[in-house]
Amino acid sequence: MLRNPFYSVLALVCHLLFLAVLFLLLRSEFVAAVQVVVYAGAVMVLYVFVVAYVGGEGETIGERLRSGATQSSGLGVGGAVLGGALLVELLIALLGTGLEATSGYGAPYVSGPQTYGTPAYIGKLLLTRFLLAFELASFLLLIAAVGGVVLARRRGGLGEEEETLTPLDLKRPLGTGTTAEGVGVALHGASIESGAGYGA
Amino acid sequence: MSIAWYLAVSAIVFSLGAVGVMTRRNPLVVLLCLELMLNGGNLALIAFSRMWGNGDGQILAIVVMTVAACEVCIGLGMIVAIYRRQLPIDVDELRELQG
Repeated sequence: MLRNPFYSVLALVCHLLFLAVLFLLLRSEFVAAVQVVVYAGAVMVLYVFVVAYVGGEGETIGERLRSGATQSSGLGVGGAVLGGALLVELLIALLGTGLEATSGYGAPYVSGPQTYGTPAYIGKLLLTRFLLAFELASFLLLIAAVGGVVLARRRGGLGEEEETLTPLDLKRPLGTGTTAEGVGVALHGASIESGAGYGA
Repeated sequence: MSIAWYLAVSAIVFSLGAVGVMTRRNPLVVLLCLELMLNGGNLALIAFSRMWGNGDGQILAIVVMTVAACEVCIGLGMIVAIYRRQLPIDVDELRELQG
């Protein structure tokens, strides 16, 4: 069960929701809402779709890993040791440096319509001080959307038959009953050639 | 709860993600662990933003979320392309750039 990526995705959704609660505790209401809506909503739906599309591979991959267990267990132990070292290092860097402010509760907070963490505050910052970052992020999203479509599109030779659009197809859908079809010339493939013939 | 605990949680989440990226072989799980690392960074950013009381860290966290969404889009597109070409879905087997 642990090798099945679907459960990993569900666990990550739970983690994202709990992280949003931590953001709320840190008085960042807008970021918490974005975390729930964008991350736990949109991005994870994408993951679930791809896992469902690719899925079923989890068990075979797990079996293959178990067959080559000697090498993979060594790698796992090495990874765990490296991760533990990284954790110790991060904890030293974050907590062991004697920063005075990290042991406090943060800057004083006053409630109000446009104070820290509210959508109005974030929006004002995004459109004034961080306008360049905002625009760059939107361009990045556009590039990523185009790239995702290009990467995941159906390539030639995989489909059963090539769909080619001609001006005739744009004028009327195929098989909707025209005179040419009544005479018996124009069926699906033949209509294109015969259409070209009519023009000649 | 002082800021230090949030930083500790973010360090733990980041290290767990790093362990996952290093040890797992399914690229889907590797991407999930990458998300975990980005979220650890996000939590640290928000904690520091709360510490200083201004919104710069929150803006950076939102930009990090955007970058993570782009990364997911491209990564999942690549996984779908790998699956379509019927290559093994295993980061150790995919050594060549040439498909």
